[in-house]
Amino acid sequence: MEKKVKLDTLCIGGTNYKTTLTAKFINRKQWEPYNPKLIKAYIPGNILKIFVKEGQKVKQGTKLLLLEAMKMKNLVEAPVSGIVKTIHVKEGVMVPKNELLIEIE
Amino acid sequence: MSLKQKTLDLLKRREQVQMGGGEQAIEKQKAIGKLTARERVLAILDKESFHEYDLFVEHEARDFGMATKVLHGDGVITGTGTIYGAPICIYAQDFTVAGGSLGYSHARKITKIMDHALKMRVPLIGINDSGGARIQEGVNSLAGYGEIFFRNTLSSGVIPQLSVILGPCAGGAVYSPALTDFVFVVDNISKMFITGPEVIKTVLGEEISMEELGGARVHSEVTGSAHFFANSEVECFDQIKKLITFIPWNNGQKARPFPPKEPKSGFNIEKIVPSDPSQPYDVRDVIRAIADDSDFFEVQADFARNIVIGFGRINGETIGFVANQPMVLAGVLDCDSSDKAARFIRYCDAFNVPLVTLEDLPGYLPGVDQEHAGVIRHGAKILYSYSEATVPKITVILRKAYGGGYIAMNSRHLRADFVFAWPSAEIAVMGPEGAANIIFRKEIMEAENPDAMRKLKVEEYKEKFANPYVAAAKGYIDTVIEPKETRKLLMHAIEVSKNKNDGRPKKKHGIPPF
Repeated sequence: MEKKVKLDTLCIGGTNYKTTLTAKFINRKQWEPYNPKLIKAYIPGNILKIFVKEGQKVKQGTKLLLLEAMKMKNLVEAPVSGIVKTIHVKEGVMVPKNELLIEIE
Repeated sequence: MSLKQKTLDLLKRREQVQMGGGEQAIEKQKAIGKLTARERVLAILDKESFHEYDLFVEHEARDFGMATKVLHGDGVITGTGTIYGAPICIYAQDFTVAGGSLGYSHARKITKIMDHALKMRVPLIGINDSGGARIQEGVNSLAGYGEIFFRNTLSSGVIPQLSVILGPCAGGAVYSPALTDFVFVVDNISKMFITGPEVIKTVLGEEISMEELGGARVHSEVTGSAHFFANSEVECFDQIKKLITFIPWNNGQKARPFPPKEPKSGFNIEKIVPSDPSQPYDVRDVIRAIADDSDFFEVQADFARNIVIGFGRINGETIGFVANQPMVLAGVLDCDSSDKAARFIRYCDAFNVPLVTLEDLPGYLPGVDQEHAGVIRHGAKILYSYSEATVPKITVILRKAYGGGYIAMNSRHLRADFVFAWPSAEIAVMGPEGAANIIFRKEIMEAENPDAMRKLKVEEYKEKFANPYVAAAKGYIDTVIEPKETRKLLMHAIEVSKNKNDGRPKKKHGIPPF
């Protein structure tokens, strides 16, 4: 009765089970530890203004940029002190959620 | 005017209103492969059983030039009829009339037929095909939605409520289907979302098509918001009719019995399940080997496929089947599958449908994504709904019943009425590999050849604990049965559970882990 399907292996409790995987399972997001030096868009939106330049020294709380989303102008501040290593976005661009905006060294 | 003339006048008026939005609008509806609201109602209900009400209702809007606009039936058809003789209240939004938009009179027609359904204790079917709120009617239209949602909630668990999405169903409007028991969708026709692609694009800059955002496939496979997927409207209507045969008209009744029928000979229950617990099989074949005429009507077939739910019959009586599916993700419980099963269990309990649980699972799915998605509260739903259910509850343990999964899948401890186990059942706190690694950690570590020692200890554990007899010795399972006895025993268990009378403490309502 069984149709021929390609089987994958799933390990649960030390046992390798022969089974099929779902798209949702395969595409699940890998967990990454939070890195405060990578400033990411916490909401999708529009980069309204960038206040810093590459190479600039910033302190914790320095204004980095304005991210406009859902009609709100959200101020993004530096979570840590350091030097702005790379700015990955330009003013006026739309960014999806979790897009890398600025790297701090 | 003579009575005859007056009757002719009635027929003329009726004909006019029944044209809905007129020929042009109807043509447009047909051009995109959709039936009209009236055609849909007539196709779902028994021949000549439909009686329409509120045909001559008109809207009362006066602003924005609405005063001179005639909207036939205010964009919705309501009435009563039968499906295989079962009384039905039905409404169908008519997209040809002002895009099926919901104004105050439109909503009042719907709430009137909803009130009727609840009072008469008969199933309600709602066909959704609407552009959304009628903007010209402003807050009145919002009030209309609210009144519908309230009645959906009131009727929940009292009468079956079916929602059929045959067009757009956007914004607040989707919450009526979401509050009902079963949602039917049709490929390329159904569209459900809270905010549409346009808004998403302008506000968030994300580009997506309506189909990708909230098409029939998305809701059947990804979100779980739909319960039945069909390729055409006609196929969808057949699904609706079939479902009606499986469920009672209200919560005070049982589903009507069918003449009992033996399963088809093609399904040999002794040849489906491999004895090696790591090998997969399709548990639906086991259900088909048990159910009358091998007829299994699956619910949410494409969502969280690691658990299987649906209706079948045993000895003529409707049964709700819940079964782990080793063929997909080894049959684990996770957020989605717990959600899916828990809601179905509550449906069956509310409508007096006995539950048969077929168990074969290695436990809950490990992973950061699962933990962070809240597998604790989602997984708890299945415990809650089994514990809460007082309909006859029977479990058959086919193979694995490990750890938390064993408890969750309608164990004796959650008040199963009967727990049967096949000789292949392994009822244990966890799988042999995991257990041996913990219990014999020291022996394994200190052995000259740890791998060989591990293998030995796993075998030892398997021998001692990977069987049904430890649980049987404690009375946690009632009996170990031959696979071929399964149907006979289920028939018997359902027979002797006929007058089950089991209560729960009186309360306003519980607090399930929503």
